[in-house]
Amino acid sequence: MFDIDLWREIFQSINKNRTRSVMSGFTVAFAILLFTILFGIANGLKNTFAEAFVDDASNSIFVQSGRTTKAYKGLQAGRRIQFKNEDYDYIKEEFGDKVQYITARIYKNINTSFRNEQNTYDVRAVHPDHQYLEKTLIRDGRYINQKDLEERTKVVVIGRLVDEDLFLKTTALGKYINLGGIQYKVVGVFTDDGGDNEERIIYMPVTTAQQVYGNNDYIDQINLTYNPKMDFDQAISFSNLLTKKLKDRFTVARSDQRAIRVRNMAEGTKTVGLMNFGLSMIILVIGFGTLIAGIVGISNIMIFVVKERTKEIGIRKALGAQPKQIVSIILLESIIITTISGYVGLLIGVGVLDLATPVLKDYFIKDPSVSNTLVIGATITLIIAGTLAGYLPAKKASRIKPIVALRND
Amino acid sequence: MLKISNLHKSYAIGDSSLHVLKGIDLNIDDGEMVAIMGSSGSGKSTLLNIIGMLDEADSGEYILDGLPIKNLTEKKAAVYRNKFLGFIFQSFNLINYKNALENVALPLYYQGLKRKERQKQAMFHLEKVGLTDWAHHLPKELSGGQNQRVAIARALAANPKLLLADEPTGALDTGTSYEIMEFIQQLNDEGKTILIVTHEEDIANMCKRIVRLRDGVIMEDTFVNQVRAKQNV
Repeated sequence: MFDIDLWREIFQSINKNRTRSVMSGFTVAFAILLFTILFGIANGLKNTFAEAFVDDASNSIFVQSGRTTKAYKGLQAGRRIQFKNEDYDYIKEEFGDKVQYITARIYKNINTSFRNEQNTYDVRAVHPDHQYLEKTLIRDGRYINQKDLEERTKVVVIGRLVDEDLFLKTTALGKYINLGGIQYKVVGVFTDDGGDNEERIIYMPVTTAQQVYGNNDYIDQINLTYNPKMDFDQAISFSNLLTKKLKDRFTVARSDQRAIRVRNMAEGTKTVGLMNFGLSMIILVIGFGTLIAGIVGISNIMIFVVKERTKEIGIRKALGAQPKQIVSIILLESIIITTISGYVGLLIGVGVLDLATPVLKDYFIKDPSVSNTLVIGATITLIIAGTLAGYLPAKKASRIKPIVALRND
Repeated sequence: MLKISNLHKSYAIGDSSLHVLKGIDLNIDDGEMVAIMGSSGSGKSTLLNIIGMLDEADSGEYILDGLPIKNLTEKKAAVYRNKFLGFIFQSFNLINYKNALENVALPLYYQGLKRKERQKQAMFHLEKVGLTDWAHHLPKELSGGQNQRVAIARALAANPKLLLADEPTGALDTGTSYEIMEFIQQLNDEGKTILIVTHEEDIANMCKRIVRLRDGVIMEDTFVNQVRAKQNV
């Protein structure tokens, strides 16, 4: 099947008509170049979106409280709503298996020290489920567990950067650090994909914080994830129901937007998903458009090539070339020009993206890259494109009659 | 070698048709050297094209070396052309981006020979026309006479049974024409059957037989005393 002489013939023909070949390849190279860059930029935008949400589970719901803005049932506006442990328990019981993970959060900002190193960190007092909600990755040791909650142990899990700041060269695990004058044992070190700020946090059991700081059962915020089996609409109606029930529970007007705030990530996720889809479609349409323009360009030039080589094809036929041999010459030339120039376009595109990555970062385009799948897909597309572009001209060439071609001009 | 009887051919021109060949009968034996003469429009080129399987007759019989040539598929015609026929054209018809050696090797490529073997045979034929030193030159770097010799080498390369020459000296000056004719005579001396279309009397007289066409019929078919081109050079 592999006929080295045929390839030699074709490369000779391409080589002897270099300008023409380069010109015809240019359109395809340019089409692929544009496509690659567009695709990369779209990927970069997607990455930016993905990063914005990667920090938290995409089925998260955040419940926060504030002051009422409306008088309701004899209660005045401006009343402060405070969540307590019983509210956490209420949600857990009321909604059962609609809730996947749930945790309370108490925020503190505490001056922390170990030996001579000290700094101020955000401290979050949480339930064990918080690990899954926040996508916290344990590097050393363990996370807060149920036993810590029950026994109100004085343990903390510290972020990677806290570890780096305070412990320098020693290992943090098992050491005691000082949080506002109280000694806590470090039982774990975590990392988080959400960025540096997320790794400058200290977690402790919610019960410990309630006992040590104020001896109450207050909660600042409740985070939960809904059961992932729920679809988008179910998730939205779930959070709406949750909002309504909480408002009733605290005797807050239904129309009060400040007193109890429920934020459902499903809405954002859906918007981002739609946007990504739209973006992909636009890129595909533009990409295919340019590619088709490229194919038409090659096809045009191949028709011209056939016209120009009419005499040569006539000579070949007079010397005994069969129609399919003529077809394969023209077709392969078209495929080779298309594929090579397509690859040149792809390489330049990837190069441009590589060079532009640092600049693009400022425009919310993160890590714009082209996947291997795309490269393979592009190869197949290019070969098909080359075949399409060359087919009609090749057919035309094979029908050239030698007497017509050889007629003395 | 070649047997043609009652051959007709007409071309459609607009609504009317032009009857170009009106019943040609022609027999050519092995080793003959025949000139087909006639003014333009006499049908001599059409006849040559039909003999060369570049065109097909409307009716009549054409048998080449015992093989009836009729209703050939394009593929079959290509194979026959490659095996039986060698073409020499007025305007040489070399492929301009291939050097002399590659041009001569082209029919061998279509015979499916290996590259090494092609090059060897092509070189042998180039040597025969005295162009060994020019093997790697492009047609544009060669003179008209040299180009026609390359074309002859190419026509010979596939070792055809019949050599067809369409005005082989039409684009050459007298001196070079005679050189080429001398060479063609040599080939005939070696036993090749040769058919030359020409409208020049002196060239025709260098053949052994002259067939005169007028208005699509053979007017005259005579054997002549061959004039050796060498004396004229």
